Amino acid sequence: MRRLLWPAVILAVLLLVNVFFTANFFSIQMRDGHLYGSLIDILRFGAPLILVSLGMTLVIATGGIDLSVGSVVAISGALACLQISQDAGVFTAVVLALGLSVLLGAWNGLLVAVVGIQPIIATLILMVAGRGLAQLITGGQIITINSPSYKIIGGGYWLTVPFGILLVAVVLAITVFLTRRLALGMLIESVGGNAEASRLAGIRSRGIIIMVYAFAALCAGVAGLMISSNVSSADGNNAGLWVELDAILAVVIGGTSLSGGRFSLGGTVLGALIIQTLTTTIYSIGVPPETTLLFKALVVTAVCLIQSKSFREKVFGRRRRAVPPSPAAEEKVRVTA
Amino acid sequence: MAVPAPILQMSGIGKQFPGVKALDGVDLRLLPGEVHALMGENGAGKSTLIKVLTGVHPIDAGTIELLGEPVAFGSPLAAQGAGISTVYQEVNLCANLSVAENIFVGREPRRWGRIDWPRMRARAAELLARLELDLDVSAPLSTYSPAIQQMVAIARAIDIEARVLILDEPTSSLDAVEVEQLFKVMRSLKEEGIAILFVSHFLDQVYEISDRMTILRNGRLVGEYLTKELSQVELVAKMIGQELAALEKLHGEAKVFDRSLLEARGLGRAGAIEPFTLTVHEGEVVGLAGLLGSGRTEIARLLFGADHASAGDVTMDGTAVSLRTPRVAMNHRIAFCSENRKSDGLIPDLTLRENIILALQATRGWTRPVPREQQDELVGKYITALKISPPNPEHLVRDLSGGNQQKVLLARWLILEPRLLILDEPTRGIDIGAKTEIQRLVAQLSDGGMAVLFISAELEEVLRLSHKVGVLRDRRLVAELPNDDDLTMDVLMETIASGGASGGRAE
Repeated sequence: MRRLLWPAVILAVLLLVNVFFTANFFSIQMRDGHLYGSLIDILRFGAPLILVSLGMTLVIATGGIDLSVGSVVAISGALACLQISQDAGVFTAVVLALGLSVLLGAWNGLLVAVVGIQPIIATLILMVAGRGLAQLITGGQIITINSPSYKIIGGGYWLTVPFGILLVAVVLAITVFLTRRLALGMLIESVGGNAEASRLAGIRSRGIIIMVYAFAALCAGVAGLMISSNVSSADGNNAGLWVELDAILAVVIGGTSLSGGRFSLGGTVLGALIIQTLTTTIYSIGVPPETTLLFKALVVTAVCLIQSKSFREKVFGRRRRAVPPSPAAEEKVRVTA
Repeated sequence: MAVPAPILQMSGIGKQFPGVKALDGVDLRLLPGEVHALMGENGAGKSTLIKVLTGVHPIDAGTIELLGEPVAFGSPLAAQGAGISTVYQEVNLCANLSVAENIFVGREPRRWGRIDWPRMRARAAELLARLELDLDVSAPLSTYSPAIQQMVAIARAIDIEARVLILDEPTSSLDAVEVEQLFKVMRSLKEEGIAILFVSHFLDQVYEISDRMTILRNGRLVGEYLTKELSQVELVAKMIGQELAALEKLHGEAKVFDRSLLEARGLGRAGAIEPFTLTVHEGEVVGLAGLLGSGRTEIARLLFGADHASAGDVTMDGTAVSLRTPRVAMNHRIAFCSENRKSDGLIPDLTLRENIILALQATRGWTRPVPREQQDELVGKYITALKISPPNPEHLVRDLSGGNQQKVLLARWLILEPRLLILDEPTRGIDIGAKTEIQRLVAQLSDGGMAVLFISAELEEVLRLSHKVGVLRDRRLVAELPNDDDLTMDVLMETIASGGASGGRAE
């Protein structure tokens, strides 16, 4: 659990910063039978990112990476909205959209596990082609729909809580169950930790790899429904744009190594919340719009450095342990020797 | 006694790590023109002694004198500058760079601030000529064998005006011919007056090359001896601190093998191993002997389904089976501890417990986890039975010593209760205590009816454990010899060398 300490501290600090800019930042109110408040907003707007990041965590744990999730977000939303605009039922639309997402994910997994293409390239194919596919589905237009029941997924409430938050909770619970109560997590970590050794231990890594890519795409598909439902429209160009990068960032901030192996779902959720909180913070403290990206980059860099153990040891650890002067020089000597 | 003044004298060396006294009052002296072996089990303090000598760690007590002058090295670079060069176990060179670049990396000869390539190549060739090597110094290092790479590492080390050369386990990945080549180089360096400190687990090699040895046990000095005055049995006894009955005969009375378990007929793989025929009976230990690269590992991998066979067939209990993948082989209750436990065996990031149950979990699939109580029971049982240390199931496997890692790998397969256990070099690079434990375990398992295919580069070990020995040469199974009183080391070596006088016995 010590692994979660730093992400948790960073999130707490970011939240505290907001207190100075937003009055009653921590207050949660009940209005019209719904929960309201800045914290609820962070959860609600962060829900799609958390979903995508959960899938990304498992992919990264196998030593892979999935760049195509943003495109799958767009495709899933586009297909659902197209179906609804053509008078199909919401249920049919959702099933079709999620089914297509899983297929696309399985395609990624197939390229990686069976054909043997490097994950970054294999998923780059769908990242680029997927945007085109989404535009084909929407016919190059933004499809606007008017369906109160579809609206619930991203914008509705259930038992006073925003529906999106509940959806994330359910997906998180299922993921934790599959990976930690069942043995999927250990096998994923094993494949990511040492693929050849896993094969020789009798693990069918192909199936596992295809499964995690399909799962990542399923998560992205759900996120796509959420995003398109929230705005009651599908935009093949911009829905889920760059979400893959935020998701990778969330996974890394959460303490899962990009080289695969050990993963932490709790860390990923914290990581995604950190990124969402940062976005909220940028708006609330009034960073000029033209500098927001730069500001975000600086904060993210700082967050990653604080989270890195070796960096902390270099900066904070040395001072505590009064070591002889010029530790940097000594370090250098050791490296060359 | 006409003992010349030592080049290097370490006296009363002490080194304390948090919680452990790694070295306590250790003396070591290196004489010019001598090969000095540093002996001891894993954890006896050999590596620590080398590390304090080369300036990786500071010493807590004692003195180091180089040519009579007290010295203290603050860094490996300082030690190197003073003429103490080290070649480590794992060759730490860059395979993608050329031979010459590897020798001079970090201190390239320069002219006008630019690297003087012709001079660098010429000097590299000169250095290698000193080791009687004729290489294309501009070819990438990866084009040469591990032995040659080791020589290049030595060439790099002795160029720094070395007076003391430390070789830490230089032979662990070399075959017999390559070892001989290395020894030739060591002898010629010795004649130049360089003092060589040699660390190896192979007792035969120590006896072949070293003049003098210092033995450590649990961080303390046992003594310094002339190699020719200390017998191997005495040496082992001093290393482990007790009279060892390890050289006892491991198997009881002769067994009769009448139930064949696995038969491979004409099994082969193009480019890896010529078609061979081999029968393994229940309760039988079949040893495979041969030089490195002679096809021993290839046979193991075919029988486990790690590689696809291109010819031949396998029957188990009289029924034809197709060993396509490791999983299929596991379903037929075949287990395989691979030679390279780091790259093909363990998952370093997972815990001891997870590594042990990994294969069992794989056979059950991810939907049926092994219940936690059962995991704890199995893992606890094997930690005790194999004396795995530390006995903490949640310890990460990457932090374990080589011998304990090997035991974890063994435990992984033993919980599956295999009928055929394939062990590829299970005792390589581990200390003598763990080694005899593993040997004894193999004997016990076979007495209990398990068939074992035992591969080892140490002929003595193969000979002691096996009921039958298959001899390989140039990727061909050239002979299959019953291990009776007629089979001796000499016969075995003769067969390996000559390709088998009785080559027909392989059928």
